[in-house]
Amino acid sequence: MADQTKRRHWLEHPATQNFLIPIFAVVLSFAVGAIFILIVGQNPFQVYSVLFSQTLGTSYGIGQLLFKTTPLIFAGLSVAICFKAGLFNIGAEGQLQIGAFMTALVGMYTVGVPAFLEIPLLILAGMIGGGIWGFIPGYLKAKTGAHEVINTIMLNFIAAALVSFFVTNLFNVPATVHTPEIAPTGKIPRFDTIFSSFSGSPVNFSILIAILAAVAVWYYVDKTRYGYELRVVGLNSKAAEYGGISVAKNIILSMTIGGAIAGLVGTNYVMGYKYYFEEGFSTGTGFMGIAVALLGNNNPFGVILAALLFGMLEYGGLVINTMVPKELVSILQAIVIIFVISSNKIFRKILVNFIKKRTLRVND
Amino acid sequence: MPYAVELLNITKRFARTVANDEVTLKVQSGTIHALVGENGAGKTTLMETLYGLYQPDAGIIRIHEKEVSIKSPHDSIRNGIGMVHQHFMLVGPMTVLENIVLGAETTRYSLLDLKKTTAEISELGGRFSLTVPLNEKVENVGVGIQQRVEILKAIYRKADILVLDEPTAVLTPQESTQLFRILSELKDEGKTIVLITHKLSEVMAISDHVSVMRRGKIVGEVETASTSPEELAEMMVGRRILLRVEKNDRKAGDPVLSINNLSYIDKRGVNILNNVSLEVASGEILGIAGVEGNGQSQLVECITGLLKPTTGSMSVDGIQIAGLTPKEVFARGLAHVPEDRIKRGLVVEMDVAENLILGLHMQKEFGTGLAMNLKAIEENARFLITKYDIRPMNPDALARGLSGGNQQKVIIARELSRNAQVIVASQPTRGVDIGGIEFIHRTLVEARDAGKAILMISADLNEILSLSDRIAIMYGGQIVKIFPNNKVKESELGLYMTGSKRGSSQKASDG
Repeated sequence: MADQTKRRHWLEHPATQNFLIPIFAVVLSFAVGAIFILIVGQNPFQVYSVLFSQTLGTSYGIGQLLFKTTPLIFAGLSVAICFKAGLFNIGAEGQLQIGAFMTALVGMYTVGVPAFLEIPLLILAGMIGGGIWGFIPGYLKAKTGAHEVINTIMLNFIAAALVSFFVTNLFNVPATVHTPEIAPTGKIPRFDTIFSSFSGSPVNFSILIAILAAVAVWYYVDKTRYGYELRVVGLNSKAAEYGGISVAKNIILSMTIGGAIAGLVGTNYVMGYKYYFEEGFSTGTGFMGIAVALLGNNNPFGVILAALLFGMLEYGGLVINTMVPKELVSILQAIVIIFVISSNKIFRKILVNFIKKRTLRVND
Repeated sequence: MPYAVELLNITKRFARTVANDEVTLKVQSGTIHALVGENGAGKTTLMETLYGLYQPDAGIIRIHEKEVSIKSPHDSIRNGIGMVHQHFMLVGPMTVLENIVLGAETTRYSLLDLKKTTAEISELGGRFSLTVPLNEKVENVGVGIQQRVEILKAIYRKADILVLDEPTAVLTPQESTQLFRILSELKDEGKTIVLITHKLSEVMAISDHVSVMRRGKIVGEVETASTSPEELAEMMVGRRILLRVEKNDRKAGDPVLSINNLSYIDKRGVNILNNVSLEVASGEILGIAGVEGNGQSQLVECITGLLKPTTGSMSVDGIQIAGLTPKEVFARGLAHVPEDRIKRGLVVEMDVAENLILGLHMQKEFGTGLAMNLKAIEENARFLITKYDIRPMNPDALARGLSGGNQQKVIIARELSRNAQVIVASQPTRGVDIGGIEFIHRTLVEARDAGKAILMISADLNEILSLSDRIAIMYGGQIVKIFPNNKVKESELGLYMTGSKRGSSQKASDG
């Protein structure tokens, strides 16, 4: 055992800790959630077992879960890449509204374009729409120092009002609050068109775009020279300045990329599910993206895992609706977020103490 | 003579490092005891344990030959111990008087009794020649005065054992001399003083005894009168050390960096730099001495493109660089060792390999197109780590985990790997231990011998005197004097640095 004192304890590696700590937080928040379930007079084991079996135990449940996960991945990646540049993007909600609307708008006017052009075109439209909505606060921050948190919040209001006006007055099917359908060639197929076991669930191949986006973000941030610049700006803007890296350029760039990724949400909802843009389609997905990025430690693959968890909770809320009030799931989601945010320091301390005790015992 | 402080077999561990390993230190009452050692040797930890900021894992503390239990600074103050930290613990917007009494106020009907307090403090100040402007705000007085406020604060709390952590780090030579005079007077009044330092000249000048720490242990205790700086340095590092840089006289070449009438006015309209003109030739080190805050930082930032000069011109090898961005300045043959390695020079959350390409990351060898050439980056790191003896020898180690000396070596390695003609090095060895200083100094001299033009800015006069071929002095945003060689007395430099004396010549090349 003596050689253990020289070697680094496996629990001490930052990568292990970054992985373990969110898991601790999630487990603990489920435990706290159980108290609330008890309060409403239900058996937590029963509720949780229904929650897990109905979401993870059937292919229909998994399909629903993945459908909810897809937009969360986009929103989480959007927030995460901005975090990497040291920016807090609260504006994913507005960016995804504009992006999804652009996708629907271009889609309704391009009937007859072949699929191999139409699908990329609509994806691009969403990215441009979201990208513009990210560029604006990025530009303002870079040129005037105006704080991105305030400006992205304001742009969320503007985006919501704009698309609401458009889909009730200008581009709507009469007497509805949604646009006409997009060109049939722009539709992304559902899983159930190929795998019949997913029958009825709206999950579609846009989730592959989400996974692709995660890989792209990982590669860009960790492996490219521009990603290096972005990380330096995020970690130490004064060192960036010193090293000849333009802080302004990278702020604008990362906000624009973040916005463009959020703008991809339309691939799931507009291209893969409803085939039109409808007012109120996003119930705070962009804000959930902040929690997803946080839980995923701003790591693209962590974002995927976190999005799966929140996707499960979102669909799980509907599943256990008959047993407990659906507000309980909102509470559970909020508890997870609170634990994750506040747990980092506490759990790290517990880990350090644990390691210390062990090594001391070995020393004696 | 009785002992004022006895630290017996003190052991203090942090996670897995042992900061103090069965350390025994005995300080005789009424003496000045110097505690020396490199950064990270455990001096400050030991003293902060005495002051109650840390609890020892093992060991006994005795004060005036009685065992005491010190659980907090409150306990140590009660036992007559006062500590002046390296970074002052003062409240800027409050007056000197308020700072001194803070936490130990004399009250009447639960109101501050300022009259009585003022009288008490004036009396104390008079006794120890610790004159301070009591009603001035702390943020408006100089660091020398702030330090006196700290000392008064301790004495006002009836401290008779005073611990000072690197007290001269921020002082001019004149201020240091005054501090030493104050310390002698305190000693004559029967106070006991423990002085943490790594400046050996100070140890020799003022202390009675010296204890040397290395890697958490006391490796020697001697009477100051019977030792020498060389012996102390050897004890500190564990091997022979060259305190003086070996440097041959060398004929400087043609001017490479020329600065003409450079001025900089900041956003508030304050004239920070005033018609600065300098020339640095290839194969010479021009040292700029000065008390910090006299425009040195802004001069460096103007040269390296971080600030835009208001007027004036600058060139490297005849090519204009004034007003260019840092990237463009680098491309024209300039390297920059910034004064603050944590704030500017490094991204501490990144690993050593990534830090070794900061500013070089867009060069072809480290990647083309989108992708970085990770293999080349790693090879570059391995090469520089070996060449500059950076520890740990691991390209993946986070820069945060390196010692100050090794962090500085990362920056020096990177900047020299640019192969630039001009090197601007600001405070190249600040916070670096003796072994590291020796290495960095040797490296700079080698670069000079290889024909580089080096502009070095330093607040450390020893460094200026031992490395420079010529010495310029900055005061109030101007170059007030240029000495054509380094055969100058420290006190002479001090007079120019404090503005007491001004040179007639403003020309740069009067060497």
